[in-house]
Amino acid sequence: MYIKNDPSEATQIDPLEMPALCPGAMEGSNPWVASPDHQASCGFPGELVDNWQEKAIEKMGELLTKYRSLKVYLDSCVKCGACTDKCHYFLGTGDPKNMPVARQDLLRKVYRRHFTLAGKWFPKLVGAEDLTKEVLDDWYSYFHQCSQCRRCSVFCPYGIDTAEISMAGREILDHIGKGQKYCNEIIGKVHTIGNNLGLNKNALRSTLEGLEEDIEDDIGVPVKLPLDKKGADILLVTPSADFFAEPHVDGLIGYAKVFHAAGANWTISSYASEAANFGMFIGSYENMREISLRIRQAALDLGVKRIVFGECGHAWRVAYSFLNTLAGPFDFLDPRYPVPQHICEYTWDLIQEGKLNFDKSKNDHIKLTFHDSCNVARATRMGDKPGGQFEIPRAILRTVCNYYYDMPEDTIKEATFCCGGGGGLLTDELMDLRKKGSSPRMKALQTVNQEHGVTHMAAICAICKTQFAKVMPNFGFERDSILSVHQLVSNAIILEAPQDDE
Amino acid sequence: MLTTIYACLFYVATVVLVVGFANRIRQFATTPAPLKIPTMPAPTTKTGVAFRLFREVAFFESLFKANKWIWVFGWVFHMALAVVLIRHLRYFVQPVPEVLALVQPFGVLASFAMVAGLAGLWGRRFVVERIRYISRPSDHLMLALLMGIGLSGMMMKFVAHTDIVAVKAFFLGLMRFQIQPIPADPILLVHLTLVAVLMIVFPFSKLVHSAGVFFSPSRNQVDNSREVRHLAPWAAKLEADRAR
Ligand code: HEM
Ligand code: HEM
Repeated sequence: MYIKNDPSEATQIDPLEMPALCPGAMEGSNPWVASPDHQASCGFPGELVDNWQEKAIEKMGELLTKYRSLKVYLDSCVKCGACTDKCHYFLGTGDPKNMPVARQDLLRKVYRRHFTLAGKWFPKLVGAEDLTKEVLDDWYSYFHQCSQCRRCSVFCPYGIDTAEISMAGREILDHIGKGQKYCNEIIGKVHTIGNNLGLNKNALRSTLEGLEEDIEDDIGVPVKLPLDKKGADILLVTPSADFFAEPHVDGLIGYAKVFHAAGANWTISSYASEAANFGMFIGSYENMREISLRIRQAALDLGVKRIVFGECGHAWRVAYSFLNTLAGPFDFLDPRYPVPQHICEYTWDLIQEGKLNFDKSKNDHIKLTFHDSCNVARATRMGDKPGGQFEIPRAILRTVCNYYYDMPEDTIKEATFCCGGGGGLLTDELMDLRKKGSSPRMKALQTVNQEHGVTHMAAICAICKTQFAKVMPNFGFERDSILSVHQLVSNAIILEAPQDDE
Repeated sequence: MLTTIYACLFYVATVVLVVGFANRIRQFATTPAPLKIPTMPAPTTKTGVAFRLFREVAFFESLFKANKWIWVFGWVFHMALAVVLIRHLRYFVQPVPEVLALVQPFGVLASFAMVAGLAGLWGRRFVVERIRYISRPSDHLMLALLMGIGLSGMMMKFVAHTDIVAVKAFFLGLMRFQIQPIPADPILLVHLTLVAVLMIVFPFSKLVHSAGVFFSPSRNQVDNSREVRHLAPWAAKLEADRAR
C-alpha cells in the first residue's frame, strides 16, 4: 500500500494545477474506427460515405431541430473563458482543444458557417469554417477526448454542456460512416446478447453459481444470486463488469448480501444483463431507447415489482434521468417505490430502518475516501433531496468504515473530476489520454493520502473502477486501491449463519 | 438629410432587433428538449428552477463558482449596463416617472463601472493565454463596440455636452412618426451610430446569450424525471411508429 502520510508534502500537490498550453499535443489521439459490421449493428453506414460533407451538414440541421440543448449551446457561448480550466483532459494534456469551449468550437465553427448569417457573410470575423477533412479529423479525435462528465456545465454561466456537443458530434460521425469501434461494437452485443461483454445466459448462470459457492465457502451463509427468477419482487440491473471484473464483482457480492439480509426476493435478468447504456455515449436516442426497452421487457417478463440498478455511473444517468422517457411509463410496477432505484438508495433505506448489522472493524485496515462518479454527481440524484447522490454513498461508507476522509472540496461532489475513462473512452488504444485525464483525480487522492494516510478510494461506477485499477499504479497506488462501495458493505455486514443440527 | 438618415437607421435597427430577437427566442422556445439534462444537483420544483435562473441572471452564480476575475468584471459590466439603460429610458418617455429620476445620480457611477468592467474583460482576452486562444475578431469587436458606446456617451456627459432636449425630441418624434431634427453633434452621432450597429448585430451574434440563459435545459429543467414522464413530440412519434 502507498502510505506516505506526510502533511507537509500535501500542500505541494495541486489537483487543479494549470498546464502550459501545448497546441496539437493530443491531435494524434484517436480510437479505432468501427468496422462495417459494427456500424451496421447500430444502424449506421459501414464506412465514410462519398458525400459525407453534405450528409454531415444535413444531420447537423436535423439535430438542431430535435435538441434545444444543441441549438441554445451553439448560439449562446460568449467565449468568456470560465470553462477553459475545468476539463480534466485539458488539465492533464495542456492541449487547448481540450478546453471545453474550444472543443465546442470545433462544431460551432461549422454550425456558424452553414446555419448563421454572420458565418455565411463574415466567416473570418466570427471564426466560421467549412467542414474540411482536417476539421472532420479534429472532430473524430477531440470528440473522443470528452468523457461527457459535465464538469464544464457546472461552471458555465449558461450551463453549456460539452457532453451535448460531443454526443451530437459523435452522432453526426456515426451517420456519415465514421463511428468508434469500442462503443458501436459493444452496442451491437447488447442488441443481440443483452450485455456489453457478450456473456450468454449459460455463461452468466455458471458465473453466478460460482459466486454463490465462493460466498458460502467464505462466510458459511448460502447467499443466492438468482437468474431469471419469475415472480421475483426486485429486478437487479447491473453493469456486466460486475459479473467478473475486480473490484466490481465484490460489489455484486455486496448487493447479494444486502438482499439476503433483507430477505428480499430478487433476480438478475439474462435478457437485460447490462445496466450500462452506450447509446448515450454516441448521442443516439434510438440506440439508447432500444437498449432501455430490454429492461422494460425483462421487468414485464419476470413480473417484478421494482427495478434496482447496481453501481454504474453512466447507467445511473440513463436510468434515473432517461429511463422513464425512453421506456416508460412504468405503471405496472409497485408505485410505492421510485422507478428505478439505485442500490445505494436501497441499502441506505435498510440501514435507516435498522435492518442491517455491521462490524465496522472489518474495514479497519482501510483508510477510505470516495470518488463521486461524474455522471452520478452531475446528472442524477439519489433519495428525495437534491445532493442525495453525494450524501447517501458517503452515509453508507461512514456506516461501514471507521476511517473516512473526503478529498479537497473543489474536486468532489458537483466539482468532481472524471476518472479519465468515461463516455466511451475506456479502450486500450486511448491509454495515454486516459492516464493524463486521470491525473487531477489522482493528485487529489495523493493529497488525502499524505494528509490522512488514505489507502483506498471507493467508487460506484464500473468504468471508474476499471479505469482506476488500470491507471493507479502510474500514480504510486496499488491497482487494488480502488474498491466498490458495496464491497465495503460486504466486508462489514453480519449475516446470520443458518442453524445447523450437527 | 442627416435627420432622415438617422431616422431611417433607427427604424431599420429597431425592426431588425425586435424581429430578429423574437425569431431567435421562437427558435429556442419551439425546439424540443427530448431528455432531462439539468445539471445536478437541481431544484425539484418549478419555483426552485425560477429561483435558480434568477440567481444566474442577477448574480451570475455559476460564473462566480468558476472564476472570480471574470465574475467581477462581467458582473460589474452587466449591472452597470442595466443601470445605464434604465437611465436612458428618460429619452423615450414623457413625462419622466419619479423612479427614473431617482436612478439618475447612479448613472454617473454606472458609466465608469461599465467601461471599467469592459476594460477588464477585454484585458483578459490579451493577457490570459487560454482566453486569447479562444478569442475571435468578433469577440474583440463586440467589446470595442460597447466600449465605443460607453466612451462616446461619457464624452457627452462629462466633456462636451450635447443638446439633450433636442435628442429627446428626435426620439419621441420617431416613436410618434413625426420626425424632428437631430442635433448635428459629432459625438452624439457616433454614439447613436454605434448603438444602431449594436441593435442590428444583437440578434445575430453571441449577444443572444441574454435569451439563451433562460432556455438552457441544463439550467431550466426541474429534477423530476422519475416522477413525471418527459416526452418530446418527435420522440412520441418515434415511439408510435416503432409500436406499429
Ligand atoms: C439576461 C441578460 C444577460 C445575462 C444574464 C448576461 C450574462 C452574461 C454572462 C454570465 C456573461 C459571461 C461573463 C462575462 O464575460 O461578463 C456575459 C458576457 C457578455 N455579455 Fe451578457 N448577459 C445579459 C445581457 C447582455 C446584454 C443586453 C449585452 C449587450 C448589450 C450583453 C453583453 C455581453 C458581452 C459583450 C459579453 C462578453 C464579454 C466578453 O467578451 O468577455 N449581455 N453575459
Ligand atoms: C437610442 C439609444 C440611445 C440614445 C438616444 C442615447 C443617448 C445618450 C445621450 C444623449 C447621452 C448623454 C447623456 C448626458 O449628457 O447626460 C448618453 C450617454 C451615455 N450612453 Fe447612451 N444612448 C443610447 C443608447 C445607449 C446604449 C445602448 C448604451 C450602452 C450599451 C449607452 C451608453 C451610454 C453611456 C455609458 C453614457 C454615459 C453615461 C450616462 O449618461 O448614462 N447608450 N447616451
